[in-house]
Amino acid sequence: MITLLATWTFGVTLALVALGVFVSYRLFAFPDITTDGSFTLGAVTTTVLLVAGHDPAIATLGGAAAGAAAGACTGLLHAILGIEPLLSGILVTTALSSVNLVVLGRSNVPLAGTATLLDRAEAILLPATTAAGFGDAAAEAARLIVMLAAVGIAVLFLWAFFRTNLGTAMRAGGDTASMARALGRNTGLLTVAGLAIANALTALSGAFVAQVQGFADVQMGIGMVVWGMASVFLGAALVGPVRLGGALVATVAGSITFRLLVASALRAGLHPDWLKAATALVVLAALVAPRLLTRRPQASAAR
Amino acid sequence: MLDVRHATVAFSAPGGPLVRAVDDVSFTIPVGTFVVVIGTNGSGKSTLLGAIAGTVRLDAGSIHVAGHDLTRWRENRRARYVGRVFQDPRAGTASSLSVLENIAVAACRGRPVGLGWATPQRLRAEAAQRLAAIQPGLEKRLDQPIGSMSGGQRQIVSLVMATWHRPELLLLDEHTAALDPASADRVVQATAKLVRDQKLTALMVTHSLEQAARLGDRLLLVHRGKIAVDVEGGAKRRLTPEDLASRFDRLRRADQLDDPAARTLRDLYA
Repeated sequence: MITLLATWTFGVTLALVALGVFVSYRLFAFPDITTDGSFTLGAVTTTVLLVAGHDPAIATLGGAAAGAAAGACTGLLHAILGIEPLLSGILVTTALSSVNLVVLGRSNVPLAGTATLLDRAEAILLPATTAAGFGDAAAEAARLIVMLAAVGIAVLFLWAFFRTNLGTAMRAGGDTASMARALGRNTGLLTVAGLAIANALTALSGAFVAQVQGFADVQMGIGMVVWGMASVFLGAALVGPVRLGGALVATVAGSITFRLLVASALRAGLHPDWLKAATALVVLAALVAPRLLTRRPQASAAR
Repeated sequence: MLDVRHATVAFSAPGGPLVRAVDDVSFTIPVGTFVVVIGTNGSGKSTLLGAIAGTVRLDAGSIHVAGHDLTRWRENRRARYVGRVFQDPRAGTASSLSVLENIAVAACRGRPVGLGWATPQRLRAEAAQRLAAIQPGLEKRLDQPIGSMSGGQRQIVSLVMATWHRPELLLLDEHTAALDPASADRVVQATAKLVRDQKLTALMVTHSLEQAARLGDRLLLVHRGKIAVDVEGGAKRRLTPEDLASRFDRLRRADQLDDPAARTLRDLYA
């Protein structure tokens, strides 16, 4: 019971990464490697702020803000200096690996004895989950509820934001830059803003993961961008073509499903060392499958 | 009003000579005039349109719209006064957004965007009314992704978008070239209606001699980076596609002569 709930909690927490990748990759067609660095940046910033005795809510938001700054850097490299998306992300995430180490001070810092946002929420929710009959798993259930609430708020925020004039202009610019420019939008700045939002979400996920697992590690972000893409693709495959709100919910569902698949694979005997390779294979399959399946119809449509 | 003065755009192919795609071109379009621009491939007509839209940089000269000097303005800033319809429907509309969301972006053309709701009921009602006025049936498709519509329908929506707020100048870049004849005809009719109803100042580049003869108050024929023919008024109304075809023939023949002779001939024909 506890393991299953913990799997869910992790899947829900990492859904914030998936939402970030949804924004950068789906809305802006920007394969954003910064994700790996900003996930860690969010975790280490929050951890350092918590250890220094700051309020857990401030510490968590601080982690997200650091991620937004990292995303904006990648966006500026692309929009102002004209560096291509992949290279912009590689440059920033490489620089971030130093930044993360300097911020954290060493490669691993535990949060034992520090009150986190999850501890605080647990204290409030524990009586309710205990009463609901979760028994030993009451604490884990409380964590899951907290993370579900956080992701729910993130989905609502994104849905509402991307339906405002600014958000709609951002989606238009990400979809067809020539159209947005002809209607007066500075597509470079819109991309910077989009990547800031994407990486704020990713860093927020890192901030929560550090608090859920009780430590921050400078290596914890490796492979996050591929993980996020796997969730986005899986979510899209689960629901098919939908509009913005549906796609956001599908992304969260994809993240949880993917986490459950990974947990099952591990239980079935997959060696943990192979986990990232398996994730990469899933993304490869998701990228190639639609092309293989639709090759014929596409060719005839082109004629 | 559009005022183009001594516009020059020069390209140099690697190792090749300097080519003036637009060569010291000057002309003025008074308010409410619909000008059609024709020319062969490589004549410089698309470069001229790009220079007005802001996608091509002028090497010399200036562009004024409604009294504002846009010469150094970036493309997106020019959107404040200039509305555009692209040749490719996919370039002028965002495929994954709904028809209404595309219109919502156009409703903010050249204005700052804020955090207001993009598609309020008021916008939906006005969009439905304007689409119905120009092509009945389109108003029922406001919530569909615009990518699911045909090229002709997308160009109609593009026209509505470009003229949502009356632009000081409407630029039409061969906007029917990618369409089948029936759709092209509908788009041409919609264009004529919008230009007439809103009394727009418009500049349309086209490949179609038939459209060039039928539409507009004035015709510019661009050849080798210069305006070779400029007709308006009664002379423009009497033009037929056959007249235009024979003018093109003569210009091509003139090209085979040496430069001074060609210039003399071109001056005669113009």
